Amino acid sequence: MPMTMSEKILARASGNDKVSAGDIVWVNVDKAMMDDILGPRIEIAEKLEKLNLPIWDKSRVVVISDHYTPPANAKQAEIVKFTREWCKKNGINNYYEFIGPCHQVMVEKGHVLPGEVIVGTDSHTCTYGALGCFGTGIGSTEMLGVLATGQIWFKVPKSIKVTWSGKLKKGVMAKDISLKTIGTIGHDGATYMAIEYTGDTINNLIMDERLAICNMAVEAGAKAGLIPYDSVTKEYLKQFNIDEDYSYINPDENAKYEKELYFKAEELEPQVACPHEVDNVTDISNVEGVKIDQAYIGSCTGGRYNDLKEAAKILEGKKVAKGVRLLISPASKDVYDRCLNDGILKILSDAGAVILAPSCGACLGVHSGTLAAGEVCISSTNRNFLGRMGSKDSKVYLGSPLSVATSAITGYITDCRQFV
Amino acid sequence: MIRGKVWKYGDNINTDIISPPAYMELPIKEAAKYAMSPIDENFAKEFKEGDILVAGKNLGSGSSRETAPLTLYELGVRTIVAQSFARIFYRNAVNIGILAIECPETDRIEMGDIIEINYENGIINNLTKNEKYKCDKIPDHIMAIIKEGGLINYIVKKLQNKSS
Repeated sequence: MPMTMSEKILARASGNDKVSAGDIVWVNVDKAMMDDILGPRIEIAEKLEKLNLPIWDKSRVVVISDHYTPPANAKQAEIVKFTREWCKKNGINNYYEFIGPCHQVMVEKGHVLPGEVIVGTDSHTCTYGALGCFGTGIGSTEMLGVLATGQIWFKVPKSIKVTWSGKLKKGVMAKDISLKTIGTIGHDGATYMAIEYTGDTINNLIMDERLAICNMAVEAGAKAGLIPYDSVTKEYLKQFNIDEDYSYINPDENAKYEKELYFKAEELEPQVACPHEVDNVTDISNVEGVKIDQAYIGSCTGGRYNDLKEAAKILEGKKVAKGVRLLISPASKDVYDRCLNDGILKILSDAGAVILAPSCGACLGVHSGTLAAGEVCISSTNRNFLGRMGSKDSKVYLGSPLSVATSAITGYITDCRQFV
Repeated sequence: MIRGKVWKYGDNINTDIISPPAYMELPIKEAAKYAMSPIDENFAKEFKEGDILVAGKNLGSGSSRETAPLTLYELGVRTIVAQSFARIFYRNAVNIGILAIECPETDRIEMGDIIEINYENGIINNLTKNEKYKCDKIPDHIMAIIKEGGLINYIVKKLQNKSS
């Protein structure tokens, strides 16, 4: 019987010829990723030591301090220090800090390969699906189990097939595809399921854009969001010197999907998710004119090279509106450096943007751009929950980097197409 | 059989509400004082062990943060009933020994009701309203984890069996 991408990857990882949606399988994990905020400090370090459990394979463990870097206070600094020292003590050589959100770092450093199963203590671990990898977020106790055994149980998910066909209009980005898809499925519409994104629109997207789509699969409740492997995947990996043996796994033709959704790219307008839910999605024209205090471009969702490059196209020769702050946090030090070398950071800075360190900070309101009561932000990030970026009396609208950049210039939520 | 007083909330109570990011840097004991604070500041002050948290659809959506169930556990939450759970939150709750039960009729349950849950038979009695609802029975593979007292005990046993 033909299998979906998730079924095939989980069959491989569980040592079965075949698995079907609904099966409970114990899966061998290829990599385990932890961050600072929910990594060793929560349950893991203490219990691992108490139970005297050795780590199953240190070379497969990656730890990245990203949420509390650079630390805003001594408490955050202690957490980063704890994480660093835990890695040292336990012989975890794959440790990174201060260079940006874990998911971008994981990809750039070659820890994500097609066909693999990766679990991480962050819900956006589903990002790796863009590279054809089954990535999913887990909690800390679950991670403790993985560290001890190298295994985790999964219920093989049913899959939703999302097909986008046609050409995107000018001014429309993958983020708009992502928001439209989530708005349609609903924020719990894919719970316990995987999403497979396909169609010529997806095939024609560069990897930075694909990552932005899979990154937000969890915002529809999904366990994973996957895009089949192709030449774009291959070339992207090569860019980071990854040309080693990996065996990609693509879905079988005629695999069985729980649901199939079709979208036409040429009909898509720039999208915005309004407060306080990610599926509260509408065409930007319906909210144009909402006054903003802050515009934010950054995070594992919307801070990649292409995001900053597109924002720079809009902002070149223009100025951020008076009374508005545009904050930009590149998704990694590598993204930062490339944008620096290509003159993108200068264009953004000349327009009035403040360039921040690569970090998760502002996205979840823990530092570097936290909102006060009454403030409104348009952001290229992934969540607009109540209080997400700071005060519970602030508001967050999610949009593409183009929409954020345009709104920064006018001072209110604005359709970017009058500028592109 | 579990019996207790209900704390009732609506749909989409996400992890930013249960465990607000601003307090995640605090130890669990301290962070617990702010659990649910964006929508109910009394929750952390007045929830008593034995009370039952009841919600609508998609409870615990968003982050993978275990600080969500951990802070609830700290406040005495041992049982949660919801129409549906976000999957990572569900696993996290079960893994630390919180019973998470799906019931399609939680919209009939109100704040302060006294309910009795028979999770082996899949029935909830609302003693205040004198009503009965069906709830899901716990799946076998989840029950196996709960019977061992959480995932860690389950895994330690699994490792012992392997080596013996």
